[in-house]
Amino acid sequence: MLTKRIIPCLDIKDGRTVKGVNFENIRDAGDPIELGALYAEQGADELVFLDITATNERRKTLSELVTRIAKHVNIPFTVGGGISSVEDVNVLLQSGADKISVNTSAFKRPELVDELAREFGSQCVVLAIDTRFEDGDWFVYLNGGRVKTDIKAYDWAKEAVQRGAGEILLTSMNNDGTKKGFALDITGKLSQNLNVPVIASGGAGNMDHFMDVFENAQADAALAASIFHYKEIEIPALKTYLYQRGVNIRF
Amino acid sequence: MKTVIIKYNAGNIRSVMFALDRIGVEGIVTDDPEAIKSADKVIFPGVGEASTAMNYLKERKLDTLIKDLKQPVLGICLGMQLMCKHSEENNTPCLGIFDVEVKRFTSPVDNLLKIPQIGWNNITGLYSTMFEQVPENSYMYFVHSYYAALGPDTVATANYVINYSAGLQKDNFYAVQFHPEKSATAGQKILENFLKL
Repeated sequence: MLTKRIIPCLDIKDGRTVKGVNFENIRDAGDPIELGALYAEQGADELVFLDITATNERRKTLSELVTRIAKHVNIPFTVGGGISSVEDVNVLLQSGADKISVNTSAFKRPELVDELAREFGSQCVVLAIDTRFEDGDWFVYLNGGRVKTDIKAYDWAKEAVQRGAGEILLTSMNNDGTKKGFALDITGKLSQNLNVPVIASGGAGNMDHFMDVFENAQADAALAASIFHYKEIEIPALKTYLYQRGVNIRF
Repeated sequence: MKTVIIKYNAGNIRSVMFALDRIGVEGIVTDDPEAIKSADKVIFPGVGEASTAMNYLKERKLDTLIKDLKQPVLGICLGMQLMCKHSEENNTPCLGIFDVEVKRFTSPVDNLLKIPQIGWNNITGLYSTMFEQVPENSYMYFVHSYYAALGPDTVATANYVINYSAGLQKDNFYAVQFHPEKSATAGQKILENFLKL
């Protein structure tokens, strides 16, 4: 049976992980490869690397980093951040990424999703959506949550899936950083109405939050960053907890 | 030992190369018939669409070459599907090494099935030297919309709404639907077993 996936997310700047991490058993917590390999060993099902570098050197640094990750990590990984063309994606996939994620660039030019799906296949195209609930609905936000749009998250997700997105990575800005749990309503709406996997992101604070998003919102995967980096939740313990409560989990 | 990865228009070939690298084996990526024929082990990977891939193989006469290989051959994902008789994906006649049909997953009426299947699924009924020391119910990473039906050459089974072939073997031809190169230590064990054949 297909399992639910647990996905740690690593923010990368200039080839280094950004958020402070707290691991004694690795030499350099700022090294994305070491941290990624450690998560893989602990039972993470996939990894997401989000590049937030803003300089012109970005592309070269990132593709070199991706190759190093691909050489050392034996589970699938997605690379996102600032990807806006078929050529960007080609470089990253050639470097060894399994999937890429697009966000603002795809919203601004939705044909990008069609082009990527046609060129590389839907299985490697993850559409990331940042969404905030206000005035009675969930709206799409761009540029890392700084720019509001008047398009509803569900409508954009549906369109992107029709265009060929193979997975949706949905981040609730209302929940992100609160540690009060994932946004169950919008996650559930997408997961139950779209025929592609939905990765829930934003709000994980304890193990029950993962239970909730899998059982009550039917998320296919759950992503979190700081709770893993700060070891507030450790992946082996989380997977045991979920397994004991009947969630399909890989060991 | 010379290990060759067949180069064609359906990569993700680099991840296979990196996985071999992790177990200390250098994979040579090539579409040169002589290099493929003289290899000790041949890996036939692939992510992509069946008819485009088959056309590419035919144009370069790699289709007959692969069928005639006598050394151990390992098909992965699309590579495995192309080793079957026929694929529903654009109604494509394939290599016919395994006498099974490749079909598209279909959603039951009462249940929205997500297609492609993406993620970790368990494999059972393991019956091949490539699965030596790989425990029953090991989890492997799958990404696919089409599946090979069960047949006499099935040596591993997975379930996604229906039971289908996760592994096939006939004589020197081995094949897996999942990605051993992305399936953590369990997947690595399968690659190691294949390379030891």
